[in-house]
Amino acid sequence: MAEEVILLDTWVSPFGMRARIALAEKGIKHEHREEDLGNKSDLLLKMNPIHKTIPVLIHNGKPVCESNNIVQYLDEVWPDKSPLLPSDPYLRGQARFWADFVDRKVFDAGRKVWATKGEEQKSLMEEFIGHLKTLEAELDGKLYFGGEKMGYVDVTMVPIYSWFHAYEVSGNFSFESHCPKLVAWAERCMQHDSVSKALPSPEKVYQYVLQLRKRLGIE
Amino acid sequence: MANELILLDTWVSPFGMRVRIALREKGIKFEYKEEDLTNKSDLLLKMNPIHKKIPVLIHNGKPVRESGIIVQYVDEVWHDKAPLLPSEPYPRAQARFWADFVDKKIYDTGRKIWTTKGDEQKSATEEFIGYLKTLEAELGDKPYFGGEKLGYVDVTMIPFYSWFHAYEVSGNFSIESNCPKLMAWAKRCMQHESVSKTLPDPKKVYEFILQLKKRLGIE
Repeated sequence: MAEEVILLDTWVSPFGMRARIALAEKGIKHEHREEDLGNKSDLLLKMNPIHKTIPVLIHNGKPVCESNNIVQYLDEVWPDKSPLLPSDPYLRGQARFWADFVDRKVFDAGRKVWATKGEEQKSLMEEFIGHLKTLEAELDGKLYFGGEKMGYVDVTMVPIYSWFHAYEVSGNFSFESHCPKLVAWAERCMQHDSVSKALPSPEKVYQYVLQLRKRLGIE
Repeated sequence: MANELILLDTWVSPFGMRVRIALREKGIKFEYKEEDLTNKSDLLLKMNPIHKKIPVLIHNGKPVRESGIIVQYVDEVWHDKAPLLPSEPYPRAQARFWADFVDKKIYDTGRKIWTTKGDEQKSATEEFIGYLKTLEAELGDKPYFGGEKLGYVDVTMIPFYSWFHAYEVSGNFSIESNCPKLMAWAKRCMQHESVSKTLPDPKKVYEFILQLKKRLGIE
């Protein structure tokens, strides 16, 4: 049976970018569908009735939801090309731990920054940078979190790089001066087509954030 | 090499219970160390410097952290006895999705029930029941979330059964009358020694919450 793979996504979502990178790394032919989150498609609501969020991967009509779940699923179904998770259970546990850290600490702090301003925002930004420094320490001289090649943690984390410019302009600081090794890592990842094609232009993301803050009534 | 397993845990933690159930289901010998979270051991701080939380499974000196990650690790290393995750990628992704649902919704909303009062508590209680009903719908007519046997989602969710009494008394509601099928499922799980030996007495959990509320200055 021919494989039918559809990805429901939005261009600016770092979670969607994870799925896009994994699909591209593995050379999996798929159809990308842009969702309007202000007017969700029937397909999205049918395929993810619980959370109604993107990304959703639809493989031969069956949905897989939650970005990290999608990436692990792709890695298991298409294990031969660009394996993302290590084969050793202990190392796999470590990779999952750091992907979970990215989700619960980095992305969470990063997201809260946009909903705040003034002192509260400054404090959240410091927290965000703190988490980035923890990741930098974990990278510890390796080319990628996955070692010699990009792996699960790289795919989980690199999408936020497209949002760095927006953070820097809003917070009036430079990531380069706080976490130069992490920035170097991100630029190394961007050498990969799978990443550079999946990440939107930082300027577009910044424009999006300005709109978002207007909509939230913060600016 | 002999397997040396140490579990850093606390008796009342639903997250720790998940690991204990998984280890017991698989008949794996381990040393249990009760942590005092107001006075964390050097071992805990060394093994989980990032989050400083339990449970931590130390396998031949190497730490595995985060309950869901630990259960998956145990399932992969000891895959022959009582497998918890399905062998096929699609059902495995579904199991991870529902375990993630339990993680994101049950603990936090449950916590709101015993830390708030008045309208906020009522709202949290309704939200909580809604999530339990969603789980009930997912269970359907199956004896377990894992199908014919206990699986990953069962192990992830059943520890909260020991907290049900505490939620019910705090929020003045009955889970049985709202979700009879889920209660039937829970009692079915309790027939397993791995579960009944692990879950603490619900009354003790309730007393624990009363003490915790005093310590946190909540009335």
